[in-house]
Amino acid sequence: MIEYILLGDALVRATPLILTGLAVALAFRAGVFNIGAEGQLLVGAAASAAVGTRLGAIPSVISIPLLLLAGAVAGGIWAGIAAELRRRFAVLEIISTIMLNFIAIHAVSFLVRGPLQEPTGIYPQTESLSDILQLPIIARGTRLHLGFVIAVVLACVLAWTYRYTTMGFRVRAVGAGRRAAASAGNINVERTSYRVFLLSGALAGLAGSVEVGGVTFALYENISPGYGYTAIAVALIAGLRPLAVIGSGIFFGILETGATALQREFGIPSSTASLIEALLILVVLGVGKTRGAALLPTWRRGFA
Amino acid sequence: MSTLETFLEGTIRTATPLAFAAIGETVAERAGVINIGLEGAIIAGAFGAFVGAGIGGIWSGYAVAGISGFTMAAIFALFAVRLRADQIIAGTAVSLLALGLTATLYRQFFSVTGAGLTIPTMASREIPGLSGIPVIGQALFAQPPITYLLYVVIPALWWWMYRTHAGLALRAVGESPRAATAAGISSTKVQLLAVLFGGFMGGIAGGVLVIAQAGTFAEGMSAGRGFIAIAIVVLGRWHPIGVAAAALTFAAASALQYLFQAMGWAIPYQIFLGLPYVVTLLALAGVAGKVSAPASLGRWKRV
Repeated sequence: MIEYILLGDALVRATPLILTGLAVALAFRAGVFNIGAEGQLLVGAAASAAVGTRLGAIPSVISIPLLLLAGAVAGGIWAGIAAELRRRFAVLEIISTIMLNFIAIHAVSFLVRGPLQEPTGIYPQTESLSDILQLPIIARGTRLHLGFVIAVVLACVLAWTYRYTTMGFRVRAVGAGRRAAASAGNINVERTSYRVFLLSGALAGLAGSVEVGGVTFALYENISPGYGYTAIAVALIAGLRPLAVIGSGIFFGILETGATALQREFGIPSSTASLIEALLILVVLGVGKTRGAALLPTWRRGFA
Repeated sequence: MSTLETFLEGTIRTATPLAFAAIGETVAERAGVINIGLEGAIIAGAFGAFVGAGIGGIWSGYAVAGISGFTMAAIFALFAVRLRADQIIAGTAVSLLALGLTATLYRQFFSVTGAGLTIPTMASREIPGLSGIPVIGQALFAQPPITYLLYVVIPALWWWMYRTHAGLALRAVGESPRAATAAGISSTKVQLLAVLFGGFMGGIAGGVLVIAQAGTFAEGMSAGRGFIAIAIVVLGRWHPIGVAAAALTFAAASALQYLFQAMGWAIPYQIFLGLPYVVTLLALAGVAGKVSAPASLGRWKRV
């Protein structure tokens, strides 16, 4: 029974990791270095909390989709700032997305002490979502919520899109080689990258919504223990393949829940998990290079 | 001190660790390598400084800080330079590694016992005469001595980069590793040394945070300074003097809070905390089209 609950916890933890992992995998696949999943997740969470605490008594079938939509749109807009900066001013998205992460952290800190603070004004957090707005639990006795299903379905949709649609082909072509995609493939590289960037932000924003709607039920500081950064490891271990992201997301979910349990039981610092994540990324990089296997698409874009 | 003097003093204080990190990154990027792992070098340096200063005093703290940053850069270089793996991913991994490693070590050895280590700190020392200059004297010449080191290192680096053969070799590698190799320069070796120097300087930046400013270590205390330093390098157009100016601009945006506080404006403090990042974004957009990065920057072609 304990194992059953622990597995549920691991899958709960895996949910935002899968969603942000998909966000990173999609962006990287198209050669867009979106390091900003963390910030996009935070604004997504903030938007959902803002919408959720203001919705009246509307049936769940309408209100929950609204909640999720708000997060996805907010995440997309946050990524859109970086996408615009890249398109108009050629600002490196690696830098702009990281800057936007920090801006998002301070914005959340401001919101939960200002406009969105709970009515009594004591705690730096928003009001809790009412029961009808909380994502339904899908396995009795655990905390596992609908968000996990959403994450898995979206991974499947993305995999299907890559394989069977023109958009998916464009994304893969642009990632494989921008110049070839433009000349031989007659693909508008800039537009494809731009759309991928927004979509990637929307996925990360959705991760924030799902976290608010399914786990925390309120917005507060430190709502994310660095999901957006772990997402990079999740995406890379999965070789940027959407279906594999499900597996690696669950793996990291287990790793992080396990690390928390180890800290409780044996006093091993839970930060060991990020240490393991970093080593895994390096191993993937090292193995990919030394065996000459192309685990990752070959980016040839410069930074000038 | 007048309000303006407080503002200027805060600017220089904030700029010091950023300038150390950005100057190091400038050299690495001039060799064509973008090291996102700089954040990792800074936090490793901070932890190293904490341990080193606790055991052997201020200067041993700085030495251990530099070595710690150097070590992180060596790990990055193994993947990014030696194996030609993707620089962005290797750098991100090294940042994660250092943040996780320092947090783990800190919790394991210091936090659990409850009593944090008290370490000696570096006090400000006025330079007689110069510190008496009106308005800017106190800000520039009543700082911890490590700041004065920058006043020497930045011009020296400019001279080295633009007036020596070695500096020319560095810039040549950044523009075209292949051409540099053809001219008899070992591009890999130059890139390796440049990255290691960058890591060492990043480590010193972490040391400044601990020894000259906070007086202790805290998990994640680098707080994104490595990433900010990388933005500063772009703003400073990969030129030592420009980078120093960009570091001051960014620091001034951070120090604005002292001005506003003194004027009694009730602005939420989070706005000030977020402002420097907004300024950086705007500044990056502002220099668009006017900057030319080293031509081979970030590319991982085999040289």
